[in-house]
Parts: sequence; C-alpha cells; structure tokens
Amino acid sequence: MVIYDKQYDIIVVGAGHAGCEAALAGARMGCATLLLSINLDAIALMSCNPAIGGLAKGHLVREIDALGGEMGKNIDETGIQFRTLNTRKGPAVRASRAQADKQLYRLRMKRVLENQENLSMKQGEVTALYVEEGVVLGVDTRVGVRFMGKTVILTTGTFLRGLIHVGLTSYAGGRAGDLPADSLSASLIAQGFDVGRLKTGTPARLDGRTIDFSKLEIQHGDDPPVPFSFSTGKIVRQQLPCHIAYTNQRTHDIIRANLDRSPLYGGLIEGVGPRYCPSIEDKVVRFPDKERHQTFLEPEGLDTVEIYPSGLSTSLPIDVQYAMYRSIEGLESVEVMRPAYAIEYDYVDPIQIRSSLETKLVRNLFHAGQINGTSGYEEAAAQGILAGINAALRTKGRDPLILGRGEAYIGVLIDDLVTLGTREPYRMFTSRAEFRLLLREDNADLRLREKGYEVGLVGEEEYARFREKRNMIAEEMNRIRGKRLIPSETERSFLEEFGLADLHNGISYEQLLRRNEFTYHELMRIDGQSACLPAEVREQVEIQVKYQGYIKRQLDQIERSSKLENSRIPEDFDYVTLAGLSSEVREKLLRFRPGTLGQASRIQGVTPAAVSILAIAIRAGRAR
Amino acid sequence: MYHKDTIAAIATPVGEGGIGIVRVSGVGAGGIASRIFRARGSGGLESHRFYYGEIVDPGSGLVLDEAMVVVMLAPRSYTREDVLEIQCHGGYLVVRKVLELVLSQGARLADPGEFTKRAFLNGRIDLLQAEAVIELIRSKTETALSLAQHQREGFLSNRINAVRDGIFKSLALIEAYIDFPEDDILLPDNDEIKSSVRGSFERIEELLEGFREGRVIREGVSVLIAGKPNVGKSSLLNTLLREKRAIVTSVPGTTRDIIEEVVNIKGLPVTLLDTAGIRETEDEVEQEGMRLTLEKIPLADIVLVVVDGSKPFDDEDRLIMDAVSGCTVILVLNKSDLQRVVQLPDDLSDLKVVSISARDGEGIDELREAIFSMFVREGIIEGRDYTVLTQVRHRDALAKAKVHIASFLDGFGRGVGLEFSALDLRDALGALGEITGETTPDSILDEIFSRFCIGK
Repeated sequence: MVIYDKQYDIIVVGAGHAGCEAALAGARMGCATLLLSINLDAIALMSCNPAIGGLAKGHLVREIDALGGEMGKNIDETGIQFRTLNTRKGPAVRASRAQADKQLYRLRMKRVLENQENLSMKQGEVTALYVEEGVVLGVDTRVGVRFMGKTVILTTGTFLRGLIHVGLTSYAGGRAGDLPADSLSASLIAQGFDVGRLKTGTPARLDGRTIDFSKLEIQHGDDPPVPFSFSTGKIVRQQLPCHIAYTNQRTHDIIRANLDRSPLYGGLIEGVGPRYCPSIEDKVVRFPDKERHQTFLEPEGLDTVEIYPSGLSTSLPIDVQYAMYRSIEGLESVEVMRPAYAIEYDYVDPIQIRSSLETKLVRNLFHAGQINGTSGYEEAAAQGILAGINAALRTKGRDPLILGRGEAYIGVLIDDLVTLGTREPYRMFTSRAEFRLLLREDNADLRLREKGYEVGLVGEEEYARFREKRNMIAEEMNRIRGKRLIPSETERSFLEEFGLADLHNGISYEQLLRRNEFTYHELMRIDGQSACLPAEVREQVEIQVKYQGYIKRQLDQIERSSKLENSRIPEDFDYVTLAGLSSEVREKLLRFRPGTLGQASRIQGVTPAAVSILAIAIRAGRAR
Repeated sequence: MYHKDTIAAIATPVGEGGIGIVRVSGVGAGGIASRIFRARGSGGLESHRFYYGEIVDPGSGLVLDEAMVVVMLAPRSYTREDVLEIQCHGGYLVVRKVLELVLSQGARLADPGEFTKRAFLNGRIDLLQAEAVIELIRSKTETALSLAQHQREGFLSNRINAVRDGIFKSLALIEAYIDFPEDDILLPDNDEIKSSVRGSFERIEELLEGFREGRVIREGVSVLIAGKPNVGKSSLLNTLLREKRAIVTSVPGTTRDIIEEVVNIKGLPVTLLDTAGIRETEDEVEQEGMRLTLEKIPLADIVLVVVDGSKPFDDEDRLIMDAVSGCTVILVLNKSDLQRVVQLPDDLSDLKVVSISARDGEGIDELREAIFSMFVREGIIEGRDYTVLTQVRHRDALAKAKVHIASFLDGFGRGVGLEFSALDLRDALGALGEITGETTPDSILDEIFSRFCIGK
C-alpha cells in the first residue's frame, strides 16, 4: 500500500449530490479536502430523473442554498423548465421544481469543484476504511494508495455492492455504465455496522425523434421562471416544455402477462423499494382498478433527443419494455435508447449515526446520502452539506451544527433517520414536518442564512444583502402597524369595495392586510410607499401578517417541545442499571442511544413515562 | 428555574372530606393568589404564613368559598418554585370550582406526579428520594396498565378509535392532496371530509356529555332554592323531603344560615340548599343571611326560583331574577291551590316553569322530573355505561381535541388553506394521542400509500 504524501482534513468518498456539497462545504470552510470518485466524468450526475425540487424537496434545496450550498445555484444556471407547485395552496406548501439539462448540470458542478480552492479531485474506488482504535484515519483505494485524512465522509449512493436488474438478467454495477464498489461494505461490516439492502429503479430513456408529441398534452414552465437560489437574479437559459402521456389497459395487460419475468415478483430482488416511487408493474398490481397512469415526458437536455418518462420505471425484461412503452398513445413507434432497470445496493442503518451525521461506531467518520437509506438528490445534498460542515467543524475542534425540527426540513430529515431508522428509501414529504407552516421555501434564508454565515459558507456580500432584506422586513412590519387608513382621507369607492364604508376610527395597514381578500396589491392603490419595496419583502410581510395566528401557534408548540429537545442524554448513559424501564424500552434505548430526551420520545415504543424516568435520572446524574 | 409555566391540581383525594386543598406551583402562583384571594383584614401575603379569607372570582366578583391560604415563595417550597396552597371546604364541587378558577387565571392542569417531578428537577429532592419518585412514576404506568386492561372490556378505546379514525382518514386525504400535486390526485371531496370530521366531533360531544352525566350520577348535583320571603321556600324543601325513603343523609349546613339536605331524585343524589329570602331590607341580620345566599348562588348547579303564583310578579321577584342571571334556573310557581294571579314578564318566557302547591304536593313529581332532566338527557338508561369516560385527564384531552376539530370545521368551511386545516386535525390527533397513543407521520403516509397510487 502506497501512503500518499499529503494529509487531508476531509476525504469525501463519492461525487454525487451529497459528495459535491460535502466537499464544497469542507473546502470553503478552509479545510484541505479530497474528493474521490469512481468516475470523474460522472460528477453530480442525475442518475434518475433530470429534475430538481418538488414538494418538500424544493424546500430542502432552498435550505441548502441559504446555508451556502451549491445545488440551488447549479440548477438555476442549468435548468430548462421551472415551475412552482401548489400555487393555489398556501405559502408553506408551495414548492419549486425544475427540469435540468442533465449534462450541463454535471459539467457546471464539475467546473465549480475544479475552481474551488483547497479542493482536490481524484478518480479511484475506495475499497476499505483505515481505522485504528475506533478512529478513522484514512481510506484505501483499488490501485493501492492509502489517503490519510482527519475526517472521512462516505457518500456511496447506489454503488455499494450495486446489482443491476433488467428482467431476469442481473449484473454488478454502481449505475448503468459504471463500476460498483464491491469491497467497502465488508470494511463497514468489520467495523460493526448493520448493513442492509435497498432497491430503486429508473425508467428507460426514449428517443424523442420517435415520439409523436402532437398526440400529447403539452406542459410549459412558469413565465417568468422563478429561481431556487436566494443569490440568483434571473433565469436566462432557453426553456423547454414537458409532455404528458398515459398508460392504458393494453399497457397493463402486457405488464400483467409478464410478471413472471419480473425480478421483483420472481423473488430475485431482496432489497426494499420505495412505496412513493413504485415501478409501473407495482402500480398495476397494487391498483388494479386504476384505468391509466400518468407519465411526464421530460427532456434530458437542450442538445439531446433523450426523453425521461417519469413514473414508468420498471425491471421487466427488455422485450416487455419495448412492448409496454409502445402501447402508450404517442409512443407507438418509440425507440428505447437506454433500458429501464432496477438496482439493489447496500446501506447502513441510520440509527448508527448521530444528528451530526458522524457514525456512533467510528469517530470522525460521517455518512451522507443513500448510504443512510435516503432517496433523492435533494435529500442527499442536504445531508452532504451538513456532513461537510460538521467534518470541517470537527477539524477545528468546534461543536457540530445540528438543525432542529422546527428550524429546517434538513433537521426533520436527519432527526427522522437517527430516531426512526428506515426500512425503505426515505423521501421527504411536507407531512413529515410537524412545524410545516414555519418551514417554508420563502423564509429559508430567514431561518438559515445566519447559520451559514456563522460557519463560514455564506460570503460577506450575500450576507449583507440578506441583512438588508431582514431589516426591510422588520421596518415594514413596524410601519404597517403604525400607519392607518383614515376613512375621511380615503376615496369612498375604495372603502365600499372592501366593506369599510362604516369605518369610523380608521384601521391599521396591518389589520387591512390581515383581511382575507386584501393583499399588498390592494394596499399599493392607497399607499405609495409599499410599492417601493422589493417583492420578496412584501411577500414576507404579507405572509407573516396573514398567517400570524397559525405561525404563533406553531412557535408555541416549538417552545413547549424545546425543554425535551434541549435536554442532552450523556453518550455513556447507563440504561442497563436504570430502574423502572421495561425491558422492551431498555432494549430500544440501548440500540438507538438517542442524543436528547426529545429524540428518545420519538423512538417508537418509548413511552412518556420512560422519558420521565430518563429525565429524572439525567438530572440526578448532573447533580452528582 | 426549570419550568416556565404554572401548574395546579387538587391535592386531596376526590370525594367528600372536611377540607379540600388546591395546590399551585410555578412563577404565576403568587399572581394568582393576589387575584383570587381576599384576605380578611390584612395587606399583602407574606411567605409561609396562613391567611384566612375568601376565594373570589375576579371576573364576576363572586365569592366561591371561604378559605385558608398560604403562599410559599421559591426556593423554600416543596417544588422549589413559588407555591400556593388553598384550603377550602371539602366536597367535590367546591374544590373543583376553585381549581377551575385557578386554571382560568393562567395555570394549567398538572400531569400525574408533576409536583414531585418538579421538586426533583429543581433539585429539591436528593438522589435517594429520587428512587422513590421513580417508583411513583412507575406505579402511575402500572395504574395505566390496569386501567388499560379494564378498558379492554369497556368501550373507551373503541370509542376514541372511532373518533380518531374519522380525523385520521380525512387528514390522509388532505395530506395526499398537499404532498403529491403531480400525481393526479383529485381535490378531496369536501363534503365527505366534513361529514366524517363532524361525525368525530359528535362522538366527542357524546363522550363529554356522558362524562358530565356520569359525574352527576356519581357525585350528585346541588340545587339552591331562592325567592323572596314567604313564598314557600321552606315548605317546598319540606315537601321534597317529606318522602322519607328519599332521604339519604342529612348533612349539617356548612354555613350557619343555609340549610343543606340531600335527597335522591330518580337515583340522582341532589343536595338541596334552602336559603334566606332576598329583599331590600335595613335589618342587619337579614342582610347577612342574604349575603350568604348571594354567595352560594353561583356554586349551585341549578337554582329553583320560587314565586308566589297567587300574587303579582313584583320588584322583589325581579331582584331575585337579576341575582340568578347566568345560572341554570327553574321557575317554580307556588301556591297553585290558590287563584293564579301572577303574570310573568316577557323576558322570562324562555325559562322552564313548573307550577306546584308545596302545601298539598301537587306538581312535585313534575318538578323532580324537571330537575332530573336538566342533568341527564334521556334519563338514566338501563345498561348504559356512564363509566366510559371517567378520568378528568381523558376528559381534558377530549375537550382539547374538540376545540381543534371545531377550529377545523370552521376553517375548512370558510376555505382557509388545506395546510392550516391539516394543522387543526394534527393537533386534534395529538390531543387524542394522550389517551390512545400517538399517530405518527409514518402512519399517515402508510394510509396515503395504501389509498393512492403515488409515484412519478
């Protein structure tokens, strides 16, 4: 084994969406960082659908951006269709989604990494961790080089013992066209990690020249497109539409007739797949009464004819794929360019990591992304940036950055992983966030910019702009509280339009904005000053005023839970001799080793009484 | 200090007793004492000194009871927080009323064992004593366990689950619509959701009503007889008592000039309070009697206002009607054996009116029926289980859930955003979770995935 002559602060294994954010965060915080990838041409590759965002995922992207991450900026520069989802619902559940030009996305991210100070990139497959006395010291690669690092972040994606299935044919691979990482799992198992198996899948890529788009419904993006990043001014790239097609009874018949050739139904696949992203055969079997299933045909880029048919992932044999796709109206003579496939891969039970994403078993080793059982680029990137930040903080001897469930979806994501574990690939939903009304896309900067600045990821210029916005919001809140609409000084028709004709004493602008049908749009008709404000300031003020009651209710809920959340449980806490716990609860606590009383209370099977006993014992320990 | 909120609970066992103690702990204890306690002949309350005086509702100015009160300022108290102890007359109703008053002043109901827990968390109890506390909390869970076993045969879990189901299913429909905008999920059927949640609401009301009735059946109610002098109050009392079999017990009046008797009305224990007549007078002794009567009025569950049916309704009758405004009232027109002269003013036309003759017992059965039906909707039904909901903690949880469901029905009806409606339903489930165990986000997702074909 050759020991490389340079010592790194942080070694990131894997250059997907988690690895890129981790490496950038580490390097930007001043750490000597090495990014290792099996294939340097596949950096930030979108292995599945060419899109970023969606419900709860868009929220994550905004949070990553507020912390000083790259994902939002990257999609803003390479996106070819932007849409805001749920525009008819309230601000908390509105979310951004964008189609990416897959190649541009990857190339831009690579360029950013290459231009990043403190960051080196090398191609290599990591085969083992180098651990001594429970502390990771480096990694070994296939070609016999040992890289030494103070911290290591594993972001292995689907590469750990990756196994690709197309029908009853299977072969080893980390992704179609890439080698797997076959040795690293054994190294993890040797360290005591519980390694499990998950499964995911992706549809075929279709040749757009062989699709009759005239038969399909067209779907355009928003005009003007709204960017993800708080730092992006305007989206300038050319935009493309998507198309919508539907399966039919014939499609379903073809699938049903060939289920015996499916590796999933034939028992060849042992890994657990996601219920929210089922293959088309799964949908047909589980929902036999549904007459058709919708698919969005998403362009993979500006300079390619490849089309991604969302919702049509499958592991059926290739001949069935041909017949199945061609049974869809508009796709009668479609050519498959890349076959659909399912992939199985290893993950490590996330209850073996802490809220900082450091593993409990090996010091200075961090896990992020699919290795923790999650799915999705955004979920991966969110963990990546936190792992990068916390590895960097570790090298500086500082406490980790841990986000609360009331602060960020990232906090919800990590807390869910460490307290609940996961049996299927974990995806974020807004319904997972009990403080959903506070965790909005629009206020991600107000929630997290400050933290990004404190750790050193948000630059001075961006921070100054943020502070200005925050001040303007505060000033405007004050102004509309003080400023009043005086009936005698207001046009009669305006008063009548809003049912204010009987008003005698005047009404503050704040009270006006609280009314159902009254927005800044209406206020600007009588108040010149509000028109001078930037749109995002008006938006914030309007939301904070209109939803004040609900926002306050959620803040109160956070306040009530904060006592449990802030009570740390010592790492070496002795559950074995603690009187009063049932054996089931004791076993759970020993297995999960929660970091706080709040986390303990969320572990399934841990009763409120058990939490009380813990609280008392912890106080007692502290008193001693 | 460790806690920001103020807790309160009844510290003495529930039931008849000489003295009932309400204990309050937390930063708000002192403030509550100064608002609701009027000490006889002294200024402020010094720490660790007993004071005699009255518990007064600062909202209405009405006196609830006479009491002994002590304030123990932190850290020299059981919990090391500011503690207020109110010793009032025993008997469930009085103590409960005092507790409710304290809760209305900003305290919240303490969890089981919470005073002891605070004592520990604030460092008041040492390690050795902590073991005892653990035992105590464990014994709570064992109580809960035996209760759970008891309820296996009972209905509570089933009933609560029925309530929960309506909410849970509706929430899953709403969450699916929120979280999967690209999965061609249709807007949920508002009427279906509304009727399902309304069903849960009605089930809760049913349970709460059962609780109230159950409490009334177990602990009885108090009925106060009021009226101007010489309208026949005492003869009404005697008539109600005349049926000797009905007399359960005779308790000496806790206050000198009010006579308390307990009778059984159709199985319902009823405490009858006969009071001094109310009228304008210069007589000091009579004034004192009237003052006591006025104090007792708000404590009664029901007030029988006796009016002489053989005379016109006059200003003195009006004086009494004013004194009982806000109370549950039955208007008793006495002396039906004489010529009826009285003409009731229009504003009293909504009141329940019963004509009787206290002298010969005419109309007494009707009056008994009227008293009974004021508390028990359809009569005590054979086989009906009034023990489904008996725990105050469960009642409080259901009442909380009811508030959230009401908020949902209001907001959903007005078309506020679905995510706000979802918060109401989640909070309702959270409150029910205090009885049945938590509903996790995962179980909501399970429901969504089993109902809808999700996946792009």
